[in-house]
Amino acid sequence: MSADVFVLAAHRAGQADDSALELLAAARALFPGCAPVALAIGAPGEVAAVGGQLAASFPEVWIAGSPELAYPNAELARPLLLKLLPPGARVLMVHDTFAMDLGPGLAVKLGAAYLPDLVGGAGTGGDTLQAVRTEFGGQVSAHVEADIRLGVVVTVRSGAFKAVAGSPGTVLDKSAEASGLRARRRFRELLQPEAGGIDITREEVLVSVGRGIGEQENLELVEDLAEAMGAAVSCSRPLVDARWLEKARQVGTSGQTVRPRIYLALGISGSFQHLGGLKGAPFLVAVNKNPKAPIFQAASVGVVADLLELVPVLTAKIKQGK
Amino acid sequence: MEIMVCVKRVPDPAENEIGVAPGGQDILRDDLVYGVNEWDNYAVEEALRIVEREGGSVTVVSVGAREQAEEVVRREMAMGAEQGLCLADPAFEGADGQGLAAILAAAVRRGSYDLVLTGALADDGAAQVGGMLAALLDWPYASLVNRIEVRVGAPLVVGREIEGGAQEVSEIDAPCVLSIQTGINEPRYVGIRGIRKVASAEIPVLGAAALGLDPSTLGARVRRLDYFVPPAGVGAEMLEGSVDEVAGKLVDLLKAKGGIK
Repeated sequence: MSADVFVLAAHRAGQADDSALELLAAARALFPGCAPVALAIGAPGEVAAVGGQLAASFPEVWIAGSPELAYPNAELARPLLLKLLPPGARVLMVHDTFAMDLGPGLAVKLGAAYLPDLVGGAGTGGDTLQAVRTEFGGQVSAHVEADIRLGVVVTVRSGAFKAVAGSPGTVLDKSAEASGLRARRRFRELLQPEAGGIDITREEVLVSVGRGIGEQENLELVEDLAEAMGAAVSCSRPLVDARWLEKARQVGTSGQTVRPRIYLALGISGSFQHLGGLKGAPFLVAVNKNPKAPIFQAASVGVVADLLELVPVLTAKIKQGK
Repeated sequence: MEIMVCVKRVPDPAENEIGVAPGGQDILRDDLVYGVNEWDNYAVEEALRIVEREGGSVTVVSVGAREQAEEVVRREMAMGAEQGLCLADPAFEGADGQGLAAILAAAVRRGSYDLVLTGALADDGAAQVGGMLAALLDWPYASLVNRIEVRVGAPLVVGREIEGGAQEVSEIDAPCVLSIQTGINEPRYVGIRGIRKVASAEIPVLGAAALGLDPSTLGARVRRLDYFVPPAGVGAEMLEGSVDEVAGKLVDLLKAKGGIK
């Protein structure tokens, strides 16, 4: 069987990311019977180590190393993949910020279809691939169908497919293809976000606030509640975008990853980007005006209400009870 | 700098509950409030700031049914963009991401732009058109951009927002396509005066023929079969009653779980 399903494996500091096994599961679900090739690109020493790890789970592993690839730059990775991948290739990667940078252009350059951020498979018919995505911040799902005769680039939402065990195989070094790469975008440096005065990752109880707060002046209501509970205030992305709260308080994939025991989500819809920063299965109380808000799927306890009405009453009751 | 910004008209996520229409062929649209995609609004603001510093002009472009595209283009012109452009043609209906990128690429090629901005993503969450547009133009690309520094006679410096909120800083050669992340700036308020100023501004409309596009090349490779409501998981235990009753139940629950110190 010719190799045509490829899994682009993420790695860091010489360690393959666990997501490769989620991609293996996704590849098997989307293309039943396939034996995907794992592909690792990066600095020469790192991909050698990563390739060895991947060979425990994939029958065939391709590595391509070059010093220019030490930092993942999609503008370098794309031309390299165009050299490595055969026509009609079916490529899977995790829907992260690297894939968002790489994937759309890769699909165009390969002449392939692009299916981003899949959360499930729904069948394949040889020339077509059916899958499940979400739209409108997770409020509705959609079945999509792609014509994959000329190949497809798929990005898979982290956690959507349960990692599976694979079978061991061998590593092929394709580094010769990775020489002389040039990009019109050149990596300079990585800046970490400012720490700020608060570390929400250490808090056991978080009162977290989202777009439902409406106006900046209403934040006082939430701060009062947090104070009454002895909790810290965290938030979802829109409040940081609006400069109402500092970045250090943002929970989500582009903010902090937190592990509280108790998490109050007030006026937070519950996008996967937000929930991606919430680990450890806390007792999650969700308050939202919209009964269809995805947060209610993740919550332990839910209330359909306007937080501006509920929160002051809640605060008063907690103060009374003390 | 000549900058084109691509914008899309979408249901406003802050104002709408999205439901599925009977049969699943569409969402329920009757009561939806529409506006400019949030990410696109940041992109227009960023373009205006660059032009205010460096000179040049901003063109706002949208693909869609004429009146709808015009509505959002005019809204963004009210922020201060000099030119607007609507790309409308029955042949554009049902276009997928690559189709939209091809339509936009044709519009970009008609001008001489140094920079094209898009929002990082829109209502369908695909985050794809900017990257596809760059590939079609064969321009360099950066996604999720939260900082742009324009330097005379040198490559642009851009920051991408990556996992954990870290910023990946790179140099990028112009012309290029950048997809803009929310929070890069604070978009200006559009007042009634701004809206009046552009109320009668002429916004050219270009179809497939004017753009030199062969409609047969726009066939969608990816299509949506249906919408459906995600299957309910275990879900939350929903508390019901008056605000007072619900608050009382919450206090009891939080106390029991040790959430009140």
